[in-house]
Amino acid sequence: MILSEAANPGLFFNLVPWIVFFPVIGLLINLIFGRRMSEKAIGTVASLASGLAFVVSVLLAYSLSAVQGHAQTVYLAEWIHIGTLQLDWTFRVDTLSAVMMLVVSGVGTLIHIYAIGYMHEDVRFKNDVGRFRRFFVFLNLFIAMMMILVSGDSYLMLFVGWEGVGLCSFLLIGFWYDMDTLARPSTANADAGKKAFIANRVGDFGFLLAIFTTFWAFGSLQFDTVFSQVEHAPAAVITAITLFMLIGVAGKSAQVPLYVWLPDAMAGPTPVSALIHAATMVTAGVYLVARSAPLYSAVHGAQYIVAMVGAVTALFAATIAVGQYDIKKVLAYSTISQLGFMVAAVGMGAFVAGMFHLVTHAFFKALLFLSAGSIILGMERGHHHLAHGHGEHDGDEEVFDPGDMRNMGNLRKRMPVTFWLYMVGTLALAGIFPFAGFWSKDEILLDAKLHFPGVYTLLAIAAFLTAFYMGRQIWMVFFGQERTEVAEHAEESPPVMTVPLMVLAALSLLGGALNLPGVYTLTRWLEHTIEGAEAGEFSFMVAGVSTALALLAIFISWLLYGRKPLAAGQPDPLKKMLGPIFTGMENKWFVDEGYKAVFIDRYNDLAYFLAQTLDWKFWHDWLHEQVIFRAFKGLTRFLADPVDLGFIDAIANGLANKTKQASASLRRIQNGFVRSYALSVLLGVVTILGYLLFK
Amino acid sequence: MDFVLHPLNLVTFFPLVGVLVLFFINPARKNALRWTALITSLVTFGISLWVLTLFDASNPDLQLVIKLPWIQVAGWDISYHLGVDGLSILLVLLTSFLTPISILSTWTAIEERVKDFMLFFLMLEVGMMGVFLAQDLFLFYVFWEFTLVPMYFLIGIWGGPQRIYAAIKFFLYTMAGSILMLLAILWLGINQGTFSVPDLIAAGGIPVHVQTWLFLAFAMAFAIKVPMWPLHSWLPDAHVQAPTAGSVILAGVLLKMGTYGFLRFNLPLFPEAAVRFAPTMALLAVIGILYGAAVSYSQQDIKKLVAYSSVSHLGFVMLGLFALNPQGIQGGILQMINHGLSTGALFLLVGMIYEQTHTRDFDVYGGLWKIMPVYGSVMLIVTLSSMGLPGLNGFVGEFTILLGAFGSNAIGSPWYAGLAAVGVILAAIYMLYMFQKIFLGPAGSIVETVKEHGHALRDLNAREIITIVPLLVLIFWIGLYPKPFFTLMAPAVDKLVGILQMAMH
Repeated sequence: MILSEAANPGLFFNLVPWIVFFPVIGLLINLIFGRRMSEKAIGTVASLASGLAFVVSVLLAYSLSAVQGHAQTVYLAEWIHIGTLQLDWTFRVDTLSAVMMLVVSGVGTLIHIYAIGYMHEDVRFKNDVGRFRRFFVFLNLFIAMMMILVSGDSYLMLFVGWEGVGLCSFLLIGFWYDMDTLARPSTANADAGKKAFIANRVGDFGFLLAIFTTFWAFGSLQFDTVFSQVEHAPAAVITAITLFMLIGVAGKSAQVPLYVWLPDAMAGPTPVSALIHAATMVTAGVYLVARSAPLYSAVHGAQYIVAMVGAVTALFAATIAVGQYDIKKVLAYSTISQLGFMVAAVGMGAFVAGMFHLVTHAFFKALLFLSAGSIILGMERGHHHLAHGHGEHDGDEEVFDPGDMRNMGNLRKRMPVTFWLYMVGTLALAGIFPFAGFWSKDEILLDAKLHFPGVYTLLAIAAFLTAFYMGRQIWMVFFGQERTEVAEHAEESPPVMTVPLMVLAALSLLGGALNLPGVYTLTRWLEHTIEGAEAGEFSFMVAGVSTALALLAIFISWLLYGRKPLAAGQPDPLKKMLGPIFTGMENKWFVDEGYKAVFIDRYNDLAYFLAQTLDWKFWHDWLHEQVIFRAFKGLTRFLADPVDLGFIDAIANGLANKTKQASASLRRIQNGFVRSYALSVLLGVVTILGYLLFK
Repeated sequence: MDFVLHPLNLVTFFPLVGVLVLFFINPARKNALRWTALITSLVTFGISLWVLTLFDASNPDLQLVIKLPWIQVAGWDISYHLGVDGLSILLVLLTSFLTPISILSTWTAIEERVKDFMLFFLMLEVGMMGVFLAQDLFLFYVFWEFTLVPMYFLIGIWGGPQRIYAAIKFFLYTMAGSILMLLAILWLGINQGTFSVPDLIAAGGIPVHVQTWLFLAFAMAFAIKVPMWPLHSWLPDAHVQAPTAGSVILAGVLLKMGTYGFLRFNLPLFPEAAVRFAPTMALLAVIGILYGAAVSYSQQDIKKLVAYSSVSHLGFVMLGLFALNPQGIQGGILQMINHGLSTGALFLLVGMIYEQTHTRDFDVYGGLWKIMPVYGSVMLIVTLSSMGLPGLNGFVGEFTILLGAFGSNAIGSPWYAGLAAVGVILAAIYMLYMFQKIFLGPAGSIVETVKEHGHALRDLNAREIITIVPLLVLIFWIGLYPKPFFTLMAPAVDKLVGILQMAMH
């Protein structure tokens, strides 16, 4: 049934559940047999599982082109049927979901392969070889959940994947749950995972409200059924749905004000940062808006809000990226910023531009993160080398941070392959012709320039800052002098890591070909799914301005960090120039501190007050023990003192000496209390019955 | 003989056979006692599965009915009247399913007075079955009160340091609520001429102002049992002091007697009043959801956290029931089962670690996932189930409840469900807090403490895994493919909704 007995012979649509099954099978194999398998075998199984999902995705895309991009649905099983609520496990293959499937499984597979090499070393540096298997189990689970997200035919199935990837994110951020990022015993990594989960739950709360509103407005959660009724629905309802959904988007795609979890998510191993927190999961919000295009297109007010949220995020995060020293933190804020670009695009109705940038960003940001991972491991190797070279080291040596750019410098000498790969990623991200980022970012800027001038201004500044902070990074990491001994001993990574990077580099270089002006392959492809997906005319004006901005920014970064390289221990030159502004950037504008003071501490206080004071001291102890129980005791004493002394004794003793005389009072209770109590109940009942009978 | 072998009689009273056998076993032969109780409860579970095969899911009415005149004096019409329908079949199965699991969990935890413990436990099962099957108000009341006695002793004899206090409080609280219900039952039986629930529902015609009082009287008994905010104060005491198996049954089944009571009696017997009170009940439910979640978060004792989380979870069930529409009620019933599975599993798991460490204080824990990987992974799944992760059982219940409540005409405003959905965030906060405190971070001091006593923390053993696996299977099953469960209840719920809809117009 699931294997191809297709309605269309020669096509493969019925294979679609296997994009979920393959990774699940992979994780089950590793879960059940992994303990006795070698690292290589574990990694191969996991990569193969993801790779097969990619093969299926390719077959699906091929089949789709054979039917001129007509959406197909594949029913798997009944899920929840109650009254008018009819939900099934039904997969949807259309041009939009096919793009996501290809990106997720394609980039996912490359990262799986890379991770074989990366985790091999990581688990050894951190002294826990057993966690190798666990990593690949989680990674396969992630692929499965992401596939459910992108291939579901209803909002609820999308939501299953949505929360599922959130779980994987939680598990993988806190992968080294018993230490911090510098491998010291701590709850820091676990805290980061928890923060991600909870921030995402806030978003999911909004998404849920959107789902409820959708159901009661349209009587369904299935995409086509909902979208076909949009015309007849009141604008207020659609506005509510789209804005509730925006909360979900802000959570998952790390937009203002819920982005705060993503920088902390860098606590996860680098392949996780690349796959989940750059290339795929965090773009789910963009996918959601593109998927809901008919809803968003119907309400312009909501579109404007989405676009502004994206643009503000893009700029805000870019300013923070300028002030970071950790190589991955820079990339994290860069990711938030680029997600802002995408959200702004889909908010403006430029769905194709948004999806285009999603795809190219998946290539070059995965490349950057993985290269950063290569650099960090290279530094670790150098550190390891030194530690062993210097003989036994005592515990009080200072903890070395292999990810701090201030500890690097001139790494292009020691890690030339990684250097060139990183350069490709940087140029693509900065939007330099002819790299992929140039084309996709330009499409967004073009749309903004035409329809939303305010958004354009914000995005243009963000693009300028992007080129600047990437330039700063390049100069600090790869040029100048080695600022530590470790950097002098850094070592290049093995081919299992660098070869997947080369594939990504090629994609970052050529990815723009997906939607070249004039040809517009992606636009033609997506217009089968997204109505009114049109390509704007290429504008030399817009492209020229943004290229000039990028080159200018790189030049300034050279002036500051390239011409006179940073020396060891020297403060950042921007600090002197910008003063308190740079302090703000460095400290992420104190947003985390603000949230802690305004939300987290308040909720802790409230919970403490409710639990300890209101519920326990007042309600449990005072009201029950002092008021009700005393009153009851007084009443019984008054009524029953002469009649049944033992009764009261039992209660008084039983409660007063509950701990000390536990056994003694127990005996008494068994013998006396319940019996007398039952007797009094019975008396009461009889009295009432008598009254009722003979009234 | 037909009467004795009637499936509902068997499923209710078969545990008494075990009780009888236990009487003849020497109290010193602990394993014989345990095996006897376990086998008895397993056979009972088998009988309940037999009941399930006899059950016709497409029939909305009571099935397998037994009705014999019982007390017929002074014009009273009290019968021995059992029956099962879509509202109760799942709870019957839950009861017979959780009992053997609970007994298995006591294998090494209960060493004192094993014989008495097993006697009380099997008697408790009889009471619970009776509650879910009785279709005569008087008979229901008898079973309802009967469950108190064995539970009272289970807490009072095998409980923690403050067991006596907790047991008395549990007893008094329930009793206090029940008195009012008894009055209402008597009023109904005398004025309507019968104690038979289906007859009373069919006859209807209770004036609205009387319905109000009767509704409140029944609601008092059930709301204490659920427990609904603000009547929950007995729960943390009872749960914290009860032995593990007691907590499992208390959370898994006894609390459901309250929600089931609303479902079986308040809604169909007093539909006009139910419609009228729906917003109030929904409000109390929402307060319970948020309050329970916040209070859970600030606990130092693992068991207390789980206990308060029940207040939150049962709030969801109540919200669903009083949505008075198919989504809400079906979700509510499913969530009763889900809560029995998830919270039951949580109490089991907490009991397993307590057996090794003898403390439930969060501060001494930490980093156990590394030392006990299986235990940690199982706990993670149960935690996620409890916080409603899609793909697991809790989500299906919570989602349908919130969806139903969001569009409920009876509740009349989406605000209630909207606020209740905040509980989804708060649940993540306290559940992840619990998981992290025990399993993540560096190893806690308990690891050393246990070592000092000459032991080492061990992962789950085979018996513990066997105890927990059936729960895990259901957690996944309901999450991925809840259809069989909804199918069982759908016709009966539709019938009930029909009655309520009539009352709305």
